[in-house]
Parts: sequence; structure tokens; C-alpha cells
Amino acid sequence: MVKSIKNLLLEFARIHRFLMRFFRELITPPYEFKEIIRQCYEIGWKSFPLISLTGFIVGFVFTKQSRPSLEEFGATSWLPSLISIAIVRALAPLVTALISSGKVGSQIGAELSSMNVTEQIDAMEVSGTNPYKYLIVSRILATSIMIPILTFYVSGIGLVGGYLSIISHDDLSMLSFFTQVFGAIEYIDVIAMVIRAVVFGFTIGFISCYVGYYSSKGTEGVGKAANSAVVASMFLVFLEEILIVQILSFFNY
Amino acid sequence: MPVKSKNIDYNDCVIDIRDVYKSFGSLDVLKGVNLKLYNGENLVVLGRSGTGKSVLIKLISRLLEPDKGTIEVLGQNVNAISMKEMQLLRLRIGFSFQNSALYDSMTIRKNLEFPLVRNKRKLTRKEINKEVETVLDAVGLIHTLDQMPSELSGGQRKRVGIARTLILYPDIMLYDEPTAGLDPITCLEINKLINDVQERFKISSIVITHDLACAKMVGDRIVMLLDGRFEREGSFEEIFNTNDDRVKLFYDYNFIE
Repeated sequence: MVKSIKNLLLEFARIHRFLMRFFRELITPPYEFKEIIRQCYEIGWKSFPLISLTGFIVGFVFTKQSRPSLEEFGATSWLPSLISIAIVRALAPLVTALISSGKVGSQIGAELSSMNVTEQIDAMEVSGTNPYKYLIVSRILATSIMIPILTFYVSGIGLVGGYLSIISHDDLSMLSFFTQVFGAIEYIDVIAMVIRAVVFGFTIGFISCYVGYYSSKGTEGVGKAANSAVVASMFLVFLEEILIVQILSFFNY
Repeated sequence: MPVKSKNIDYNDCVIDIRDVYKSFGSLDVLKGVNLKLYNGENLVVLGRSGTGKSVLIKLISRLLEPDKGTIEVLGQNVNAISMKEMQLLRLRIGFSFQNSALYDSMTIRKNLEFPLVRNKRKLTRKEINKEVETVLDAVGLIHTLDQMPSELSGGQRKRVGIARTLILYPDIMLYDEPTAGLDPITCLEINKLINDVQERFKISSIVITHDLACAKMVGDRIVMLLDGRFEREGSFEEIFNTNDDRVKLFYDYNFIE
């Protein structure tokens, strides 16, 4: 029991050091711009097909499921306002983060872990390259930048899905749909969405890099790292969602 | 003591390991190790698997920290200097890994460029290309420039791994099991390459191995790690001229009649 608590505290201390090192390496030159751009491409651009499909389905299905409830009150005309608030405030950041946890988190976890197993990280270190800056800082930055961009994209594609769901039942022009959508959204909604997306992006990058960088040696370690990256990222995303909602409601939002 | 190379300077000690201890949990691996590497010398470290040979060279390049003792490399105590100073010192120490440790997402050209562009930022593209081609030519693999590491054989990967360390023109080379898992002919080629590197680039080396043919061919001096200490030291013949069963078994297996 005492040993477990000690190990847990040691793990927290290591996570803290890993986090502090990120901020230290982030601000000190040299900067690995090329690698950051490459990671943005790997993490962001290559996720577009999956994110597009998921975002569209979420918007379409959510609208379809919300219709019967509003129909009871004869309030189907409120559907654009309802889905815009739901997508921007909660669904887009959450869906993007969950999809990215699975796709990007497992990719980073497995890649870093296998580099660890095959001593590629040690090889970087002994050749005078800072592997933390090259591998970790670039990936965490890339997820923190690309997941907010993907979130905006999911919002858009989700609204398109919602619009297509509405016009499968009612006559509604795209102009009046988007007029209602933008009428319902406030600046604070967009700011809250960006904050959520940045927090989720940072968490996914940080956790995936941490488990990959410190994975145990051997092929089993690679599998475990990929798995832990996904599970821990998803768990923390939900935990952060609750915290952010509580903090925002504290400010009467 | 007969030595292979004539360029060894016994007044210039490039690595000085004094009373080094290292353990992992309850397992004591190194128990008071002392070792010197002289300028221009090829020193072979022999020992069974798991006796701490690789740990020793990881301590030299500070991939691991010793529990006790001091390690001086090119006049600097590696555990007393800052990480920034260590990074500069590492540029003078080449490390050839057992499994080559090539970056598998990059071509051979990118693998070789990697340490160069990060440590010599003022080089032009033309100069980088020239350096890459020179070292790859030195290991006889110029034709693999645009191939991926997965397309190379084990021996070729080892050679590229050595070329990648040579590109920074280090003063010291650390070879971790350079012939492990290779066929005898490729082993011979790698051994020749190690000797060639010593002569051509004027490099002092520590070669970790349990391959006696390799030890005999490349070693100016051989030390044997037994029970966490260097108990035997000398030329190949001197090392095995003993009745110690731990040493005799090693010899008998490699040169079985």
C-alpha cells in the first residue's frame, strides 16, 4: 500500500517535470519549425477525412434526434438555433477531441514508444540533438494548434449535416438557416469553444507524448503505450469538459 | 604488450573511468570499475551478456548516471558539467548502437543529415550534401543514399549507423556490439571498417563485444568484465592465457575445435 502511494507520487513528480520541461524548451532556441509544420500536417491534414465524416454524421444525427422533442411543442423552427449552440458549445470540441485521442493519440504513443525501444531517442541524444525539443515540443504544439482548427471545421461540417437533416423534412433556405445559426451564437460561445479545443489538444499531445517517451522497453511496451495514450487522453478530455463547464457556469455563462 | 596500431599516445588519456558503481534495483552491475582509453587506441571490452558492457558506454555518454565514481571524457567530468556542456561534448563522442538505431521514417540521406544540420547550422546545402556523400562513401554505401533503412540488410544498417556518427568527426567512437547478429563475412567487413575508421579519422574507440574474432582483429588492448569488475587486461593472447574457468569457457566456445 505504502509502496503504491510512493510510486503514484513519483509518477506525479515525473509528470510535473515533463510538463515544466515542455514550457522551458518551448521558449528556448533553437526552434524546430520544420518539424512543427510536418507534425501539423501529419496530425491535422491527415485527420481531415475522418473528422469530416464524423462531424457531418454528428450534426445530421443530432438534428434528426432533436426534431421529435421540438415537434411536440411545435418548435421545429428553433432547430437551427438549438443545433448551433449544441455544436459550438459542446459537440464540436468534444467530438474532435475524442476522434483525435483515438487517431492522433495512438499514433504519437506508438511512434515514440517504438523509437524508444529501437534506441532512436538515445541516438538523437548522443548526436547532440535535444530529442525532447524535436519530438515532444513539436508534437504537443502541433496538437494544440491543429485540434482547435479541426474543431472549427467540425462545427462547420456539423452545421451542414444539421442543415441537410432539416431540409429532408422542411423547406428552409441555407441563408435563413445560417442567419438563425449566427443569431444564436455569441462571441463567448466561440471563445469557450477555442479554450476547450486548445486545452483538449494540449492534453492529447502531452499525455500521448508522455506515455510514449516513458514506455517500457519491448514490443509489449509499444502496444501498451498506444493503448494508454488513447484511454488516458479520452478520460482526461471528459474530466476537463466537466471542469470547464463548472468554471463557465461559475461565471454565469 | 603487442599492439595493432602505431599511433597510440599513452601520455594522452581520452577517457578515464575511476571507481564507478552502477546498480539497477537490487542488481549490482558495475562494482568499482576503473578504465583508461588512450588517444588513438582501440580498446575492446569483453564480457558475457548482462554483465554491464553496454551500461558502461551509456555511462560514458551520460545516457545513464553512475551511482558512484567519476568518468572523465576528454578532460571533462561528464557528471559534473551542465547538459549544455554535455551536448557539446557529445559531438566529440560517436555512438554506434547495437541495432543501428537509424531513424526509420527518414531516408539514409536524411538520417546522415540529421546530426549535421542541427549542430552545424551555418553549412550550405551543397556542403551538407558533400559531407553526407563523403562519409557514406567511406563506409562503401554511397548507392543507398535515397533508400529507406528498412530496405537495407543488417550489415548495411550497421555501416550507415557508423557513417552517421562519423559525419560529426568525433574524437572517440563507442561501438555497442558492432558484429552482433551478422554473418561471418559481414563481421569481417565491419571489423575492417572499425580499423579503417581508427586509422583514417584518427579516432580512439571502445568496442563492446562478446565476439572474440572481432576482439582479436580490432583490439589494441582488451579488457574483460567479470563479476562487475575488469579482472583481466592485456593483448588477446595475454587475456586467454589463464586457468580461470570463466575466461576459458568464453574462449572454448568461440574457438571450439
